[in-house]
Amino acid sequence: MGEEISLEHRFQAYVDADNKVEPKDWMPEKYRKTMIRQISQHAHSEVVGMLPEANWITRAPSLRSKLILLAKVQDEGGHGLYLYSAAETLGISREELLDDLLAGRAKYSSIFNYPTLSWADMGAVGWLVDGAAIANQVMLCRTSYGPYARAMVRICKEESFHQRQGYEIMMHLAAGTPDQKAMAQDALNRWWWPSLMMFGPPDDQSPNTAQSMAWRIKRKTNDELRQEFVDKTVPQVEFLGLQVPDSDLKWNEARGHYDFGPIDWEEFFQVVGGNGPCNKERLAARQKAHDDGMWVREAALAHAKKRAAASAASNDLKTSAA
Amino acid sequence: MSQSPDAWPLWEVFVRSKNGLAHKHSGSLHAPDAETALKSARDVYTRRSEGVSIWVIPSSAVVASSPDEREPLFAPSDDKPYRHPTFYDIPDEVGHM
Repeated sequence: MGEEISLEHRFQAYVDADNKVEPKDWMPEKYRKTMIRQISQHAHSEVVGMLPEANWITRAPSLRSKLILLAKVQDEGGHGLYLYSAAETLGISREELLDDLLAGRAKYSSIFNYPTLSWADMGAVGWLVDGAAIANQVMLCRTSYGPYARAMVRICKEESFHQRQGYEIMMHLAAGTPDQKAMAQDALNRWWWPSLMMFGPPDDQSPNTAQSMAWRIKRKTNDELRQEFVDKTVPQVEFLGLQVPDSDLKWNEARGHYDFGPIDWEEFFQVVGGNGPCNKERLAARQKAHDDGMWVREAALAHAKKRAAASAASNDLKTSAA
Repeated sequence: MSQSPDAWPLWEVFVRSKNGLAHKHSGSLHAPDAETALKSARDVYTRRSEGVSIWVIPSSAVVASSPDEREPLFAPSDDKPYRHPTFYDIPDEVGHM
């Protein structure tokens, strides 16, 4: 017991000095569990996040926008893979991670339980949802767990394209016909508040924040990141000539930040708890993709075994000939 | 923390970004065989011209030093400053050496 405590002290001093923890290093069991939970939730979010956008691939308004959307959705799949690999370095298997998602035991970002109703939503999702994700992920590039930090560096490089392509869609619609501009405003109205919720509950109601800050898993609190996002995004809304759907929003000269209205946390907890508009649809789509892909996985494995057997047999022949 | 025997094995992916540079570890992925691992590595790790050559290696083939051996393995090189060029004082008039 005494030894465990001194190991924990050493671990704390190690992360306090901004050192990175690598897979084979000793770490407190709770750190390992927290990292597995956080990285796998992040991976699930990337994978489930493909669904609301895949919804528009066949209806993209031009070949150019279709190519871009395909590339973006492919990136999200790639991001899921980087993150699953990072989680696996902590001793959990890919199968267990996927089982947890499909059985509804694992969480993913609640934002993906909202529907994408119009093409403008592809703009709003790229600009706001990916924008909020970037704010979080830029911070996580400096997280204390090495494999997670490295995955984040790679993801952040790719994510910036996602946000810019989304904003470009919004710029075109906002400068278009009155109907197109109204479509952009409608998407902004629906995605603004859920995007602010993406940063998680306020600091005084976030049970994990203190420990995650102490272990340098997180480097900024939910409220700090949310404020940064609002400050950065409001001028982008103004440039589009659109309105933030918040009558309390105003610049606070004394604070040097925007003040904004209260967030409906009841809605957030309802969506996290499984009662959002699309929770069931998203999991059903994942389950269907998993089931439909089963024969491919089985065939690939059977093929690999057959080839391995053939190559072993031909090696035996060579050996006996010699 | 179990892995079923039918789970695809894990592969480590190394990418050479351009000729003249070494292959560098990019990450890992699951694939049923080497050929598929190579194809998947192309899709997962080189979507933006990151590479001109890829190596994939079964993760189970990697032999790694243990963090517990860090002291005995690497400390001995910390007390040999004479292995570094800056250890030696050469007068400026000798020129660059």
